[in-house]
Amino acid sequence: MAKKPQLAIDTRPWRDPAAKPFVRIRNVTKKFGDVHAVHDVSLDIYKSELFCLLGGSGSGKSTLLRMLAGFEEPTAGTIEIDGQDMTHVAPYNRPVNMMFQSYALFPHMNVEQNIAYGLKRDHLPKGEIADRVAELLSLVKLSDYGKRKPHQLSGGQRQRVALARALAKRPKLLLLDEPLGALDKKLREETQFELVKIQETLGVTFIVVTHDQEEAMSLATRIGVMNQGEIAMIGEPTDIYEFPNSRFVAGFIGSVNMAEGVVIEDEPDHVRIRSAELGCDIYVDHGVDCAPDQILWWAVRPEKIHLSREAPDNPHDANVTRGLVEEISYLGDMSVYQVLLDSGKRLRVTQTNTVRGNPDSITWDEPVYCTWGGNAGSVLTV
Amino acid sequence: MSSYDIDSPPPRRRAWTGVERALAAVGLSGKALVIAAPAIWLTVFFLVPLAVVFGISLTLKQFGRPPYTPLLTTEEGTVQLTLHLNNYIRLFTDSLYVAAYLNSIKIALISTIIALLIGYPMAYAIARAPERWRNILLMLVILPFWTSFLLRVYALTGFMRGNGVINQVLAVFGIEPLVMMQTDFAVYVGIVYTYLPFMILPLYTNLVKLDGALLEASADLGARPARTFLSITLPLSMPGIIAGSMLVFIPAIGEFVIPSLLGGPSTLMIGRVLWDEFFANTNWPRAAAVAIAMLVAVVVPVMLLQKAQDAVQDSGRTR
Repeated sequence: MAKKPQLAIDTRPWRDPAAKPFVRIRNVTKKFGDVHAVHDVSLDIYKSELFCLLGGSGSGKSTLLRMLAGFEEPTAGTIEIDGQDMTHVAPYNRPVNMMFQSYALFPHMNVEQNIAYGLKRDHLPKGEIADRVAELLSLVKLSDYGKRKPHQLSGGQRQRVALARALAKRPKLLLLDEPLGALDKKLREETQFELVKIQETLGVTFIVVTHDQEEAMSLATRIGVMNQGEIAMIGEPTDIYEFPNSRFVAGFIGSVNMAEGVVIEDEPDHVRIRSAELGCDIYVDHGVDCAPDQILWWAVRPEKIHLSREAPDNPHDANVTRGLVEEISYLGDMSVYQVLLDSGKRLRVTQTNTVRGNPDSITWDEPVYCTWGGNAGSVLTV
Repeated sequence: MSSYDIDSPPPRRRAWTGVERALAAVGLSGKALVIAAPAIWLTVFFLVPLAVVFGISLTLKQFGRPPYTPLLTTEEGTVQLTLHLNNYIRLFTDSLYVAAYLNSIKIALISTIIALLIGYPMAYAIARAPERWRNILLMLVILPFWTSFLLRVYALTGFMRGNGVINQVLAVFGIEPLVMMQTDFAVYVGIVYTYLPFMILPLYTNLVKLDGALLEASADLGARPARTFLSITLPLSMPGIIAGSMLVFIPAIGEFVIPSLLGGPSTLMIGRVLWDEFFANTNWPRAAAVAIAMLVAVVVPVMLLQKAQDAVQDSGRTR
């Protein structure tokens, strides 16, 4: 797999082998009866990170979060938070707070009482509780709503009360279970940025569970993609999107064109893959860990492919294939083309609409050439 | 195809259409009829009898048939309405009645509290049991209703009498027999035993709806299980507690069978007083006055409880 060049000044702790992780999950397994909800997961999360656990339903992401909160005990493995073993510590003794998917606001208490609930459990003096509640209410912009009951609030307001309540005890680690799941699209986008802003201001470590890849991409410092109880890949959003490590990750995040091929040239500086599916060779301009005659997969994002009417330059006699435009979806900022290749495979290609109302744009039933660069796609062996 | 097609046939005439039209002609709608059914039922079987009882309570006892003086008399062409308040005055002046009322309320109140203390943990356990177990457990709670109420109360005497089951077991361990029958204790046992399901069922329906996430949220914020129970579970189950308490308290206050079968002569309850007035003394007017006073005595606390329940439900509305 390709490695990106290192930045000169790198503040990202996960790139520093000497950095001490804040949350350390070691070989954690959780079984419900015979079913492995989480299977042998190891994961390090660093201070002030906003880590997203991304996966479909049943991927084990929520179970992992509930084990961090203490609602479930691991069948095997250990969980360490801030250097202390928390594997078997009860939820009320953990320096961790959680924001629930359903918000779980106490219906018989008003907003202030909800936020103060955790502080009262710590037996803080009354004045301090009142100060802290007022501070949190202004943080989530609900200062005028302190006396309201949860049922008198809108969905977005409830979400912010839940966040304030979870932040009230100044936890070292905040767990968020689908924090934006119940909000409508527009509100979700606004709240996303607010969430990141609050996280950056307070410097709290966030672990967010979500099934929404867009949400994960825009929120996270790093993403852990989960599949069937296991971690499929951990990486920064760009790593996950541009350099997926498996067909599952490539297909799960965003849309992708996948083709099977056979290695016919394996050199240190380039690889050539013959793909009957694409009807052409794929020239990869860097070395890949593979063997000649090995069957592997090549994945390319729709926006990495270029469409043209004329045959482009073809120095390597590769990376060019022909097809017919079968379908176009116009999305405003870009158009999605479905190209039926001569080989019978369909490619998904997006083109940015940089010219306003372009009369010369490629249209239905036109024969086109699809081209891509030597670095456009990922070579996948699993 | 849309059902509003122009070419589609007109809606079929329903069997009731004719009836509906006929009723509409006399100014009656279907809605009025639906409301009328329970209204007529309540009028004939509740309001009218109540009025009759109230009427009798304002007469005096006399020998003959009926055994009370008429309310209305006609004399030389004038209709005369005679209302005697003696019966009500007697209720307050004769210490027997006041004592019976107070004792009934006391016994009903204590029984309700005991039933709550026993019923709450049971309802909680059923609500928290695995789903496939819940219906079986509920069934077991309701099962005693399949036997006659009278029979069940009578069976209790078999347990509590001098040479009953309990005392026989105690004798094995060399413990002196206890006197249980004809005491207040036996009455409490009887009332709590028979009315416990009425406490458990409303509590269960309330507790089973309790969102588990709220309990987790409470634990997450640092509350130990006992604190979570006091701050979250208990306040949120208030509507169930009030409903269950009303269902036990109201019938217990007028209970007649249990105190007469299990209680002794010292167990003075208003239901027994009423029975004695009616059957032993054949003093219908006095019995009627006792009944009306009991109704008032029950209705007032019930209305207060109802109001409390509305307030709790209003403030605890979740969605």
